[in-house]
Amino acid sequence: MTATDTPRTDSTAPVLDLAALDAARVRLTADHAVLRMSEHDAEQLSGYQGPTEEGLADRMIMNMGPVHPSTHGVLRLVLEMDGETVIRSKPVMGYLHTGMEKQGEQLSYLQGPTNVTRMDYASPLFTELAFSLATETLLGIEVPERAQWIRMLMTELNRISSHLLFMATNGMDIGAVGMMLYGWREREEVLRFFEMVTGLRMNHNYIRPGGVAADLPDGWRDEVLSLLEVIPERLEEWDTLLTGQPIWRERLQGVGVITTEEALSLGATGPILRSTGMAWDLRRDEPYLRYDQVDFDVVVGTYGDCFDRYSIRLAEMYESMKIVRQCLDQMPTGDYRVQDKKVTPPPRARIDESMEALIHHFKIFTEGYKVPEGEVYVAVESPRGELGCYIVSDGSAKPMRMHVRAPSFVNLQTLPHMMRDSFLADTVAIISSVDPIMGEVDR
Amino acid sequence: MSGAVLGIQMAYWQETLLKLGVGLAAVLLLTGGAVYLYLFKFVSFMQSRLGPMEAGPYGSLQLLAEVGKWLQKEDIFTENADRFIFGLAPAIVLSSTFLMFVVIPAGPSAVIADLGTGIYYVLAMSSLSVLGILMAGWASANKYALLGGLRAAGQLIAYELPLVLAVIGVVIQAGSLNLQDIVAAQSTGSIFGWDGIGSPYILTQFVAFGIFMIAVQAELTQTPFDMPIAESELVAGYQVEYTGIRFLVYFISEFATAVGFAAVASTLFLGGWALPASWGLSNGVMHVVGPLMISTKAILLVGVVFWARFSLPRFREDQLQTLAWKFMIPIALVNIVVTAVLKVAF
Repeated sequence: MTATDTPRTDSTAPVLDLAALDAARVRLTADHAVLRMSEHDAEQLSGYQGPTEEGLADRMIMNMGPVHPSTHGVLRLVLEMDGETVIRSKPVMGYLHTGMEKQGEQLSYLQGPTNVTRMDYASPLFTELAFSLATETLLGIEVPERAQWIRMLMTELNRISSHLLFMATNGMDIGAVGMMLYGWREREEVLRFFEMVTGLRMNHNYIRPGGVAADLPDGWRDEVLSLLEVIPERLEEWDTLLTGQPIWRERLQGVGVITTEEALSLGATGPILRSTGMAWDLRRDEPYLRYDQVDFDVVVGTYGDCFDRYSIRLAEMYESMKIVRQCLDQMPTGDYRVQDKKVTPPPRARIDESMEALIHHFKIFTEGYKVPEGEVYVAVESPRGELGCYIVSDGSAKPMRMHVRAPSFVNLQTLPHMMRDSFLADTVAIISSVDPIMGEVDR
Repeated sequence: MSGAVLGIQMAYWQETLLKLGVGLAAVLLLTGGAVYLYLFKFVSFMQSRLGPMEAGPYGSLQLLAEVGKWLQKEDIFTENADRFIFGLAPAIVLSSTFLMFVVIPAGPSAVIADLGTGIYYVLAMSSLSVLGILMAGWASANKYALLGGLRAAGQLIAYELPLVLAVIGVVIQAGSLNLQDIVAAQSTGSIFGWDGIGSPYILTQFVAFGIFMIAVQAELTQTPFDMPIAESELVAGYQVEYTGIRFLVYFISEFATAVGFAAVASTLFLGGWALPASWGLSNGVMHVVGPLMISTKAILLVGVVFWARFSLPRFREDQLQTLAWKFMIPIALVNIVVTAVLKVAF
């Protein structure tokens, strides 16, 4: 059994049936999967437990999180349970809210990536990329060819590291404790490369409006090649360890099923949408960077269950490695950031020689560069789905409004519907298969 | 039961005290050894890490550090907990564990109580722990603990059956419930007339051995059967409100039970303390060799338990029950019938 036998690749453009979408919307409202109750009411009910004089209480309100090993940080679920069966549920969030979007309005466009990179901490380069692409669209600048390919190389490696993290947490949630350490170990290999290039393991602030912060260091090619050698080997091991494992299959197959129409009605994207059989991937359908020049497959599932989402992510890592290989082959030479003195700070050496360079340097780092008035929405395909950045500029050096459409946030909506009538043990598998990053949800 | 131990005349109470002391020390030593060897080191190597390295050479004193840590922790009772039941539960679980060891023989007369109904007593004592777990789950006044306690009750009772049914095959073959007789039957037996290694029942009762080990895994609530404490679902199940020494008691009893069941399995299926008959060592020598034999076998079997624990993902509650009732119990019943028929035929 290999990971690639359930997911298939689909090159046809998706066709939407509007009547089916409407029907799905009606079904989703009618299934009463969402616990529409204030937290206060739920707390009142939660005091009501165990046998009463009238007999056994048949429903129990159970609070899962925000401090719980498998709610991926600080997600909180209020579950209405009948024994071990979940009837209705309500995801509660906001425990990691730090006002990053609002803070984005106080930071200049140059400082922006430092802020947004902290949103999705498992794949920080994608938020940086979306922010930078949006800013560049407003500025109307074209990033040099080498920067485009560096961005592609780095984000694809980041997709691999993010999926590796998913494999680790998914394994742990299903009880395969060893998997957790294997996943973290392989992710660390990728992070080591990131540290070599960007100086940091996470929160890189590497992709900035105008290009990337620094050129790839000497020896980067060998490092990437050694990564490409190690990771497939390890993925093979995981495939043997998990994919064909009967317990693993029984725990994931047919659990957390969602249809294409339901996923679309709820706005779910990424592996959740693809697991239902709809081949929607922004890299192919609305190409950005140089994705139209690389060859890769969009992996889709058939059943829309947790197992499909697991194997899609496993297969996507192979696709990412395919793209990384093409990046290695096609990496052009040239500038790694745009040579526009108003946007790009001058090199340190130039400051000592040129008065003009000193002025530019001073202006960029004190007040930043002004961005033309306008609004823009740019979306990229993050490991979790469509990650968009919406910026409104009033012509000053700081965005008037900066909003990030976080895929984890929207994907959380699918939880109550996927959990309806499943066991408590399944809820853990379902949360895990949605792979939410709470930093991105709460922003 | 009064008589000579290693040639020294003793009163009954002296003999019992000696056996209890030696037994307790042996159980704790074996448990500690198994925890260090498997939980700390074996698993670390499986997961490509080093495990404890600081406390003592290669972290060998880590367990003492852990125990010291747990003893220092505050013993917390939650506000709504049923204090008496909550406090009593770990003691019940622990006593169920230690009572198991009473009849497991480690030498010709190295057994605390040589009961005629030995194996029956072991199984009865081991199933007492479910009471303690249920008490803990209920008295904690915590929904996670309650779910864990109920899961444990359902699971332990379901797997009690295949455990007992697997043992019946051995009992039929040996013709006795007494563990010493079962050991003797294996060491004096022969395989098609060849008596080089006696006749350990794993050769004839391999089906029962498989079922016994799977059921043991479930009775110990080790992964893939660890739903009662499933850390990713129920945080820690029935143990969730326990701290300090009471948590330590659960910890000790979990691993001591593992050693206990492994010792029972090696007595039933691997020939127990005995060396194959043809060695013909005297009883005195066997009092040294016997404990070593059964300890080695038990430790190896504990290793199998931990190997499975850290390799497999966790079952879901309904899948666990399906496995017990639809597969293991029917197979165990067929095994009994086949054993009985062959016993009569030969």
